[in-house]
Amino acid sequence: MTIDLGRGLVLRNPVMTASGTFGYGEEYTDFVDLSQLGGIIVKGTTLNPREGNPYPRMAETPSGMLNCVGLQNKGVQYFIDTIYPRIKDFDTNVLLNLSGSTLEDYVKGAEMIDALDKIPAIELNVSCPNVKQGGMAFGVTCAGISQVVSEVRKIYHKHLMVKLSPNVTNIAEIALAAEAAGADSVSLINTLMGMAIDAERRKPKLSVVTGVGGISNATDAVEFMLAGASAIEIGTANFIDPAVSAKVAWGINEYCERHGFEKVTDLIGALEC
Amino acid sequence: MTKQIADFKLVEKRDFGRSVLLRLRSEQALPDIAPGQFVQVRVDGSPSTYLRRPISIHDVDFQQNKITLLVQQVGEGTRHLAAANLGDLINMVFPLGNGFTLPEKGENVLLVGGGIGIAPLFYFAKVLNDKGIKPTLLLGGKTESDLLRLADYQQLGETFVTTEDGSIGEKGFVTMHSVWQKQSFDKIYVCGPKPMMKAVAKLAAEKGVWCEVSLENLMACGLGACLCCVEDTEEGNVCVCKEGPVFNTRRLKW
Repeated sequence: MTIDLGRGLVLRNPVMTASGTFGYGEEYTDFVDLSQLGGIIVKGTTLNPREGNPYPRMAETPSGMLNCVGLQNKGVQYFIDTIYPRIKDFDTNVLLNLSGSTLEDYVKGAEMIDALDKIPAIELNVSCPNVKQGGMAFGVTCAGISQVVSEVRKIYHKHLMVKLSPNVTNIAEIALAAEAAGADSVSLINTLMGMAIDAERRKPKLSVVTGVGGISNATDAVEFMLAGASAIEIGTANFIDPAVSAKVAWGINEYCERHGFEKVTDLIGALEC
Repeated sequence: MTKQIADFKLVEKRDFGRSVLLRLRSEQALPDIAPGQFVQVRVDGSPSTYLRRPISIHDVDFQQNKITLLVQQVGEGTRHLAAANLGDLINMVFPLGNGFTLPEKGENVLLVGGGIGIAPLFYFAKVLNDKGIKPTLLLGGKTESDLLRLADYQQLGETFVTTEDGSIGEKGFVTMHSVWQKQSFDKIYVCGPKPMMKAVAKLAAEKGVWCEVSLENLMACGLGACLCCVEDTEEGNVCVCKEGPVFNTRRLKW
């Protein structure tokens, strides 16, 4: 079931939990054996502490929820001093979601995270729509994404995943710009509808994509992988069934056995049309 | 406290009009449950209800693995829950939140409930009784029919009542009841609508009495992960689902 996303980020299976929906993992240990997951992506963190938006922050819809938390967090230094010691020995990959409002915030934050042995990757959040300067300015243009990714790349030595905003005209262009600037992978917050295809190879043009958005069971996860995702993140579904992430991992395994896929990587882009 | 996710079978249902009592039995032994903690109930079969619904724990029977909920129908989710039939399975994540701080033996304790906010005070009063503490209860409603299970509450401690229309007890709000003039208390615990809790908290503060309130902000995860249900406190925004729902009023910026 192993997935190698590159630059040292090797997942036990393709299932990760999306930032902001799984806390720091500690909140879910009564329900999920974290060693059953490919990784957990912990709460969106910024260089300096943020109080977030005032209550109320959430509206339910028939098919999910809208939220505007506004990146409430206690900052990178607090994470390093207080949270990291508690979660660094989890038997899974712990990725940190890093957000910022200026280029300097991203670079300084990434530099501090780079020093943490047990954090194998950053998910660079350039797509938070809920704060005035939540990195969106970087995430919606090719020039912006190139700038932030290339600057972070200079000082960050581990796997750099970039979480992109769906609120753009053409997400494929932005994703390609991120990759060209040194991103090891991208997590696509929306479905893969906008993906660029390499016609000659009949494969997605991007090498490593993590699929995010509306995955609540193994079938959803397999669909994302068949469409080209190397890994997937589970988000809001964690609120409905706190044990869902481990169930999805088992379900993907079961799917592979049932359909004769020897390796889970064989699922990636295997859609037959 | 270990949290569980489990299917419960609906084994008893009592209809109180707008509210309903649901007694639910699990196949598994229950973990420790503190008074004031809550459950997150999955609402099956309601197309417009996506998230679980947080409901306070009204009563617990550890011998028979039963949890009882008192559910007021306020929207589609709770309407669906109230329509459950005997034998239906209801999935719950529990116990969540922190619960009330237990008083010392010998302290004079007042439990103040308003409307459906009386629900968690039943289990709390039972636990206090088990510890040899007889609380005083002050329960308020708009009208007599809001005071659910009044006779059962009266078994757990001296019980005073107010109604806005005067249909039972003293007419007016809980803060206007004569018991405030006649008795003094060491600890006050409140659950009810926010304006009522704020009024009681203000009264307690004026008297210099320790006071805890149970909040019910809009929640999604119930586990402290999504940061949706925050309350503004002296330490900044904190999750009601994890750091609460019970807060000492000194922590709150009320």
